[in-house]
Amino acid sequence: MELTTDILRLATVGSVDDGKSTLIGRLLVDTRQLFDDQLDAVVNASERRGVGDLDLSFVTDGLRAEREQGITIDVAYRYASTPQRKFIIADCPGHVQYTRNMATGASTADLALVVVDVAHGLKEQTRRHLCIAALLGVRGLVVAVNKMDAVHWSPTAFQSVVDEVETVAGELGFDAITCVPTSALLGDNVVDASDHTPWYAGPTVLEALETSDAGAWSNATNGARLPIQWVLRQPGGGRTYAGMVNGEALHEGDVVTLLPAGIETTITALNTLHSGADVDGAVGLSIDVALADETDAGRGDLLAGAPLPHVTREIAATVCWFGERPLTTGSRLRLKHTTRVTPARIVSLDGVVDVATLSVDPGDELRTNDIGLVQLATADPLVVDDYRDNRVTGSFVLIDEVTNATVAAGMVGRATFL
Amino acid sequence: MTLTSLRPQTTTDHLSLLESHAVYILREVAAECERPVLLFSGGKDSAVLLHLAVKAFAPGRLPFPVMHVDTGQNFPEVLAFRDQTVANLNARLVIASVQEAIDRGRVADPGPHGARNRLQTVALLDAIVEHGFDAAFGGARRDEDKARAKERILSFRDAFGQWDPRQQRPELWQLYQGRVNAGEHLRAFPLSDWTELDIWQYIERENVALPPIYFAHERDVVRRDAMWLAVNEFIEPRPGERVERRLVRYRTVGDATCTGAVESDAVTVEAIVREVATANVSERGATRADDRFSETAMEDRKREGYF
Repeated sequence: MELTTDILRLATVGSVDDGKSTLIGRLLVDTRQLFDDQLDAVVNASERRGVGDLDLSFVTDGLRAEREQGITIDVAYRYASTPQRKFIIADCPGHVQYTRNMATGASTADLALVVVDVAHGLKEQTRRHLCIAALLGVRGLVVAVNKMDAVHWSPTAFQSVVDEVETVAGELGFDAITCVPTSALLGDNVVDASDHTPWYAGPTVLEALETSDAGAWSNATNGARLPIQWVLRQPGGGRTYAGMVNGEALHEGDVVTLLPAGIETTITALNTLHSGADVDGAVGLSIDVALADETDAGRGDLLAGAPLPHVTREIAATVCWFGERPLTTGSRLRLKHTTRVTPARIVSLDGVVDVATLSVDPGDELRTNDIGLVQLATADPLVVDDYRDNRVTGSFVLIDEVTNATVAAGMVGRATFL
Repeated sequence: MTLTSLRPQTTTDHLSLLESHAVYILREVAAECERPVLLFSGGKDSAVLLHLAVKAFAPGRLPFPVMHVDTGQNFPEVLAFRDQTVANLNARLVIASVQEAIDRGRVADPGPHGARNRLQTVALLDAIVEHGFDAAFGGARRDEDKARAKERILSFRDAFGQWDPRQQRPELWQLYQGRVNAGEHLRAFPLSDWTELDIWQYIERENVALPPIYFAHERDVVRRDAMWLAVNEFIEPRPGERVERRLVRYRTVGDATCTGAVESDAVTVEAIVREVATANVSERGATRADDRFSETAMEDRKREGYF
């Protein structure tokens, strides 16, 4: 059986009750991704909870509380494949208090499947989600303008949402947007083209997902990066350094710099897990390498190709704050960046983002789910790239020192739209 | 925008990317936690997990022990496979015994033919406390069940071993942070993004050894709860049930009292890959009585500390 190389990772984005989970349920049911017993279980659960013959949201809303309340609390991951490509779908919650879970789902996505209730237009929560998705580096948008049946399939109503979406998406820098008039509930334009929208000539949601190039990022020439996770001792006394490649591919013979030490050396051997088939250290592969020079490299260090990242103890960053207590100047936290964990302190809070207007306003604290600009100082030097150059070396999380909870997502630098 | 993808499309096939991601998780947790352990049931998923763990740290020895939560009602072929695998690797095996928990009075004896699936949680949590484990690798996959579809790759457990699905830690990018306080622990699921088909394709590519019961064989079975249950010391035919000899194989391996077989003539991994690719019933739906108690059986067990 042939193995696929075409995978699209997508996350649902939008406000509560606009129909995200129903749309994913419809996509999975109409492309026959569900096993018979799973579909039977959804039918039975729908009947028992008195919500009709088939509540499609129950396909992904699998927790007891979610079904009782009719909302999504946390991300559900589903895996689907069509003859065209494989999909990894993160169905994210819409409620503002679960924004941290939406960010979790969107952080690994290349495309956002945005769901907007045509009767309500873009709500503040949808703007917040779009802003977070843009900050996290989601590139493409497929927008389901949903519940079209409720506005009698009005092309005018559809167009007014499209105009609104295009304005906001343009400000946020999304470069590939497809809007589709849908009824997730009835199945129109999700997998099968609708008879109700003769005025619409574009793709269905599935066709838009199958043809999107959001996952096919130009392999930017921002330099290979190998954060060292583990040192493997080889028989005979040598050592190799293990980690996952990002940025650009690594090869035997490449000249690399060990950072933060700043030692230039050469890769003398490169081992992949699937030797024979995967000979190069392609991006996304776990490899280990031997180096020409004797070094004291270890976990937390990084091997980099040119152009080199920055070594610094002070970072200007954009953070999404998830903590219950506010973040203020002087807050002390732990910071995890690549494979290094170090104490960190907020030196200054330089602004709070207003997600409705995208203006950056002065403020003295970040409250739960706020997005802000901060200056951080770290105890150990970090080896960073701007997030827009590298999503691995440009990202970090902040950790509460007492509870060990993850309380913020951080991105080095500042998005162009802020 | 010129952002790079976290996991961009390359010419690398999806099995290599899944393998690399799983190895990455194994190395992160092994590096950040003090005393990890790998849960090994002898089933196909944990066989793949153990195979990946060996690759992650080769040529070194596995830097953590392997633990089997033994219900005392196992398929003998699976126990033999467990012992052979652990011996081949020269790994340390910890056995958390449900029978011992019953003998010590930690849990009530469900009787000679009672299901012990749920009792595994007590034996598992006791062993985690006894050995001071702060992380346990498991082979659970998100495509198995709707509650598992909701769980993080690093899943936090409080001092009572409980999972709280409403308070999961944010888990961004591939920044897996495994810090816990004393008494708390993590479950780590490196196979989260794998499907049943991925597992079998990987077994085929890597020649991962499995217990023979995964392959079609003749066996005395009875029809019960729309499953074929093997007749053995744990399952006796009930009145009205007819013992039949059928060509069957197992799609999952669990406690012998609640794991059913499916009819199949697949005797090679290649044939199983073809069978799985066209299956129309899920593996747990086809073979696990323990998931049929209620709508949220898996979530309820997980909240208590189950795998």
